Amino acid sequence: MKKLLSGNEAIALGAYHAGVRVAAAYPGTPSTEILENLARYKDIHAEWSTNEKVAMEVGLGACYTGARALVSMKHVGLNVASDPFMAAATTGVRGGLVVVTADDPGIHSSQNEQDNRYYARLARVPLLESSDSQEAYELMTWAFSISEQFDTPVLVRTTTRISHAKAVVDITHNRESALPPAIFKKDTAKFVMLPAYARQRMPLAGEKLLRLAQFAETFPLNHITWGSRELGVVSSGIAFEYAREVLAGASFLKLGMTYPLPQGMIREFAAGVKQLVVIEELEPFLEEQIRAMGITVEGKRFIPGVGELNLDIISEAAVKAGWIEAAPRTEESHLLEELKTLPRRPPLLCPGCPHTGIFSVLSSLGIRRKDNGTPGLIISGDIGCYTLAAYSPLGAMDTCACMGAGIGQALGMEKAGVRDKIVAVIGDSTFLHSGITGLINAVYNKGGFVIIILDNRTTAMTGHQQHPATGFTAQGEAAQRVNIVELARSCGAGGVQEVAAFDLKALRSALKVALDSPELAVLVVRGDCAAITRSKAALCIDDDKCSSCDVCLTLGCAAIRKENGKLSIDISLCVGCTLCQQLCPHKAIGPALAREVGGG
Amino acid sequence: MVNLNLLVTGVGGQGVVLAGDILADVALAAGCDVKKTDTLGMAQRGGSVVTHLRMAEEVASPLIKEGEADILLAFEKLEAARWAGYLRQGASAIVNNYAIPPLSVSLGAEAYPDDDKIKHILGHRAGDVLFVEGTKRSAELGNLKVLNVFMLGLLSMLTPFSPEVWQEIIGRHLPAGILEINLTAFERGRHEMIALLSAMPGEAGHSVEEHSDGCDCH
Repeated sequence: MKKLLSGNEAIALGAYHAGVRVAAAYPGTPSTEILENLARYKDIHAEWSTNEKVAMEVGLGACYTGARALVSMKHVGLNVASDPFMAAATTGVRGGLVVVTADDPGIHSSQNEQDNRYYARLARVPLLESSDSQEAYELMTWAFSISEQFDTPVLVRTTTRISHAKAVVDITHNRESALPPAIFKKDTAKFVMLPAYARQRMPLAGEKLLRLAQFAETFPLNHITWGSRELGVVSSGIAFEYAREVLAGASFLKLGMTYPLPQGMIREFAAGVKQLVVIEELEPFLEEQIRAMGITVEGKRFIPGVGELNLDIISEAAVKAGWIEAAPRTEESHLLEELKTLPRRPPLLCPGCPHTGIFSVLSSLGIRRKDNGTPGLIISGDIGCYTLAAYSPLGAMDTCACMGAGIGQALGMEKAGVRDKIVAVIGDSTFLHSGITGLINAVYNKGGFVIIILDNRTTAMTGHQQHPATGFTAQGEAAQRVNIVELARSCGAGGVQEVAAFDLKALRSALKVALDSPELAVLVVRGDCAAITRSKAALCIDDDKCSSCDVCLTLGCAAIRKENGKLSIDISLCVGCTLCQQLCPHKAIGPALAREVGGG
Repeated sequence: MVNLNLLVTGVGGQGVVLAGDILADVALAAGCDVKKTDTLGMAQRGGSVVTHLRMAEEVASPLIKEGEADILLAFEKLEAARWAGYLRQGASAIVNNYAIPPLSVSLGAEAYPDDDKIKHILGHRAGDVLFVEGTKRSAELGNLKVLNVFMLGLLSMLTPFSPEVWQEIIGRHLPAGILEINLTAFERGRHEMIALLSAMPGEAGHSVEEHSDGCDCH
């Protein structure tokens, strides 16, 4: 049966057909849909773990019982999970353990770009890469069997353009119905990494790699396609798809296993072509290993090492390098210039977002507004929809490093002796992911700043996944709900207030109390994500009362427009959150009397 | 043999991604190899969205090369102009005559391009630039959310796929409660395109006839 599947859907289906029994993940673009799709199968356990480290530990425990386990995360998630990942590489596995890292070249939705293929070298584990959904699907069966055969976790690396692109998949397998029971067989020297045992395990990784390199020579997803002998291209992942289109007719060595490398195959390929080039996205991971074999090879001298590749970038590089001839082009001199004059359209907080109110209050505070580079009120943040508050007109975020970072950063600034007020902002899912330890640390080390927890009861940015404070599991079962207010209190934070996200007056007064407190204060701002509950009636602007003072525009709401000097509300976008109504000094905003057109 | 590169563009929330999914499934049902990729960054709503869709006997890259898109289907005017560099010489651009000013425009920091400028930019490459009243027609039908399927109706006249396949695939993607109004929107789009094409000077109805025999990729 043929079906259009995204790379992530294909990975999930492939893992399911390969007999995965436990899957764990924390949402993160572009990896999220892997677990989302696995969660639909009720005959496996699929969970949103509180963070990637926990997910990795869940996967590791599961595989120790002989069950096949999958752990998936975005590239920076593997940074969080790197401790148990390295441990897994040391202990090895019983059932197959597959770790999927979804890298984000081009930084579509991340805080950085990093090439996680290096984690395979660091941990000395095999690394598999697919070029499209079909391969992503087939790769999973291989990944689990390699893991079991070589007693090692397997790292599968995908990228945004593989994970999110849809391609045709011929679905050939089925899930085996009878799986062996989960049994934990005690083996202290394998599973307990005391120094004495760990010292015995470390040399095994090197021996495994030698056997894996041997295996790679005949691994069917490493293959040579001979074309012209003038140019030989080594490639993997999505870069292979671009390369085979731009350099059609060349010889190709396509690698499905990119660590360890099939050195014999590479030598044979290099010997068979006049010039050898590597086309890979991000770092010269393959190129440097091939050069270290003593083979003359080109790559990153022409292909950029940062950003996402595409056909245009590779074509340009290939022309420059002399690998292909330049295609004749009729260049319109003005088009590119004209395109640069078009207004950009950056992402925004949604109309009705529960984060907008508190950021509007923060950005309008007197101490914040005398911004001359030292804002008077520092807002440290981290990763979530709310990071968008850094953009104009709110301009209400001053730092964003990684998940949970804002709280530790706030304490660091305070202890360094900065005189400004400091507010650390964190989302609910992020707080549970990696904010709790920061809060405990701030209490313990006598921080005196404000922590604002934005509680929208979902993991919004990645598409509304459940978390421990939503009351539901990834598979839709009711779960014990973590009470964030009580949790903050139990960590020892004194002034914990809960305040409604859409009440500007209440937000202002709660914030004032928190900012005036000499001790650590916690503000839990509670309001549902607008993308989940968009039911309220839209508002409209009364032209007779509106003075075009533009105060409503300071919210940065996409539903409020100004065209030809006239302000209006797009009723197809407005969800009636009333923030603009509360802000309007002329009482010009209120419920729309009759909707002009019916919405869906 | 079908060999088409299409761009579907718009603003987050307009239904661009779903339109692309329907189109991709229609091509698959006709036996094509298909790849489809959306670029939407962090946009839940309100950001710029572009879907690349390629169908042929065999497709390698999911991304279209600049200057090689055959058809642009734009749900918003500015988001039509923005991707003009991807069009090949003589490409067709179907543009919903509707503006969603970005926040920077509302704040007075940037200016929204006027229709002449948008047509001028697209005209560097496009053979036909068709402005259509997608949002107006959707409002007339009573649901602004049928815009994407109305636009697919227009587009369908430039593709070789039979209306029955389109209807079946649309039915697969939409819940029963809103299927009827969407199928009506699809039909409305087809009729509008016939009218537009026959009103064009020169080779009236050319595109429709050229593709009307239906075929697959093999």
